[in-house]
Amino acid sequence: MAGPFNWLSQILSISLFNLRTLPQRLGSSGTAVFGIAGVVAVMVSVLSIAEGILRTMQNSASPDNVIVLRSGATSEMMSWVLGDDVRVIAEAPGLARDADGALASPELFVIVTLQKKSTGTDANVPLRGVTRTAPLVRDDFELVEGRMFEWGRNEVVVGRGAQLEFAGLEIGSSISVAKEEWPVVGVFEADGGLAETEIWVDALVLQPAYQRGNSYQAVYAKLESPDAFPSFKDALTSDPRLTVSPMRETEYYAEQSAVLYNLITGLGTLVAVIMGLGAIFGALNTMYTAVSARAREIATLRALGFHSGPVIVSVLTESLLLALVGGSIGAVLAWLAFDGFRAATLNWASFSQVAFAFEVSPALLARGIIFALVIGLVGGLFPAVRAARQPVSEALREQ
Amino acid sequence: MKYLYLLWSNLRRKKMRSVLTVLSILVAFMLFAYLGAIRQGFSQGIDVAGLDRLIVRHKVSLIQPLPVAYESRIEQVEGVVDAIHQSWFGGVYQKPTNFFPQMPVEPEEYLAMYPEILLSDDERKAWLATRSGAIAGRGIADRFGWKVGDRIPINATIWTRKGGEQTWEFDLVGIYEGAEQSTDTTLFLFRYDFFDESRQFGQGQVGWYTVRIADPARSAEIAAAVDEVFANSQYETKTEAEGAFVQGFADQIGDVSTIIMAIVAAVFFTILLVAGNTMAYAVRERTNELAVLKALGFTDRGVLGLVLGECALLTAIGGGLGLLFGWLLVGMGDPTNGSLPVFFVPNRVLTAGIALIAVMAFLAGILPALQAQRLQIADALRR
Repeated sequence: MAGPFNWLSQILSISLFNLRTLPQRLGSSGTAVFGIAGVVAVMVSVLSIAEGILRTMQNSASPDNVIVLRSGATSEMMSWVLGDDVRVIAEAPGLARDADGALASPELFVIVTLQKKSTGTDANVPLRGVTRTAPLVRDDFELVEGRMFEWGRNEVVVGRGAQLEFAGLEIGSSISVAKEEWPVVGVFEADGGLAETEIWVDALVLQPAYQRGNSYQAVYAKLESPDAFPSFKDALTSDPRLTVSPMRETEYYAEQSAVLYNLITGLGTLVAVIMGLGAIFGALNTMYTAVSARAREIATLRALGFHSGPVIVSVLTESLLLALVGGSIGAVLAWLAFDGFRAATLNWASFSQVAFAFEVSPALLARGIIFALVIGLVGGLFPAVRAARQPVSEALREQ
Repeated sequence: MKYLYLLWSNLRRKKMRSVLTVLSILVAFMLFAYLGAIRQGFSQGIDVAGLDRLIVRHKVSLIQPLPVAYESRIEQVEGVVDAIHQSWFGGVYQKPTNFFPQMPVEPEEYLAMYPEILLSDDERKAWLATRSGAIAGRGIADRFGWKVGDRIPINATIWTRKGGEQTWEFDLVGIYEGAEQSTDTTLFLFRYDFFDESRQFGQGQVGWYTVRIADPARSAEIAAAVDEVFANSQYETKTEAEGAFVQGFADQIGDVSTIIMAIVAAVFFTILLVAGNTMAYAVRERTNELAVLKALGFTDRGVLGLVLGECALLTAIGGGLGLLFGWLLVGMGDPTNGSLPVFFVPNRVLTAGIALIAVMAFLAGILPALQAQRLQIADALRR
């Protein structure tokens, strides 16, 4: 009856015995820990870029908002919607309304070339032409410095992210558009969303500057509730006057970030897997060394009647412990170095810059440590089996 | 030569350890080659940008069009040999993730401007004779399995046809090859005259101009002269060298080079320490044997060379195989499924890799080697 208990106590005693000898093998154990820490640090840092971009896109989307683009267009940049169409869209059922009418915001989306602060080179910064409904559709729009531009005047407000990344966007400076200087009068935030990389101006000011007549590029609108989407969509797609395709904001932004997210995640994972292989070889080396150094002790234990199972478990325990320490060090290093680190990159889908902060999320930290444990498991398994299989008589005779 | 056998026997002493050390070094160099290829892909064009080519675009941003009539005015600027226009079509083939550049151009002028685009005479003639004709690069043609004679439907995201039709059909009349390995072969080019008469709006407008100049040394001066011509017009321009334009574009993506260099540095730092430590351990374990060798008459320097040689052999095998595997892995294809215009390991990356092998062998081996050199026979034998 003492079987299982006996096993457990055997595992415990051998493991403790192993761990107590760890300080004697600091050099080789330290090597394994260091190797695994390096792998996890690189993996977590690279993936935090992808997480940061994803978070920015998710923060941009509101579940009860929709975006209407011309059919066939994959982003605002490529779309156009005529002024007459906007009126038709605003009459569609399912939209939230206030005293002035439907919460539908026709917008222009163009780019203006500014200098990136970090490199001093040109960057495509999104310039959005908006109407009075834009801040109503976006609940999270909040002016944090200066004032809103005056409607009808050549003034702009800039997003917090844009102001941090690009030169010449302080309040009081101005941007050159269409041979005019447009002063910056305010700074806004939008819950860390995409809009924070943008510059906003009155659409009626932007239209003539970019020779757009009475046309827009997209209509953002707020629904009464997320469930109202099907009836809204049906109304637009069945209307013969329109050739537009409405999408939920959540879907639109997921699509916008897909290419960038998949690219970075794919490359990051590939690099992590290849590096992980290298770390597995390092861990194997360490554990083989550890096992061969203790060959006689292990054989003695087995001669005393310890089973091979507990021997295997004890070696695995040691390697997993080393991996856990290494993985945690790597994850913490990545978190200290990169969490919240700000950068901007080109979003291919909109051909314009998106500013974001690296995000070392708890989930990502957990993934890093799990990856480390996998390395430790593989790196410990083969040496453990070898230790258990070694014939007792031979091992005892060694050296 | 006789020492090589000794080195080899030493490595075979603990086969498992030697193999594992070689493998971890292999991984580091494989990543080195692979990341080198990715870096090349992102910075594509900077190396191949013609020194004698300038890009003229709208001053405010690249997305704003310029009049087609600017071509002859640019060509009148002193120092300009030729100017051609290009535009961004931005269409989609089958599904939106199939990204590749499509551009309406004037065939003869375009091919004259870009001699690195190699098209056979027959294909060139066919393109000139077919209004709806298009040519595609080898890379993109292979990716989608296109053959000359295929009809390729591209869905417009911006440029609808007259009457609101969104699908443009092109006849593939040629597949071009790149003169260099670094030539972008993902382009899809079709005729501007066909494009301009078929599109619903925007007639007479083009995206940007590429200009060839006679003397690359005067590029800044000529760029300023071009911008001067259009100053205070409705469409002001910004002109810069093709290299600066492409570099600027790469910079927009962010500092990919720095990120990749940081990863490579982290990988090497990690692996160097791991492999170096293992090698050091292997030498410490054999203190006795090294003392015996010295007692047999090996000089201090001889033992130093022996240990250093052992590390060098391990690193050379691991590094060499790593570069080879990296090169093979890159040959298997682009991990982004066609987002990178080119994907190959440049020769300078391989050269740098070989230099790194030498550096790494030295760094990993020098400490244990010095230790071995200093070994006192009497002390060591007693241990």
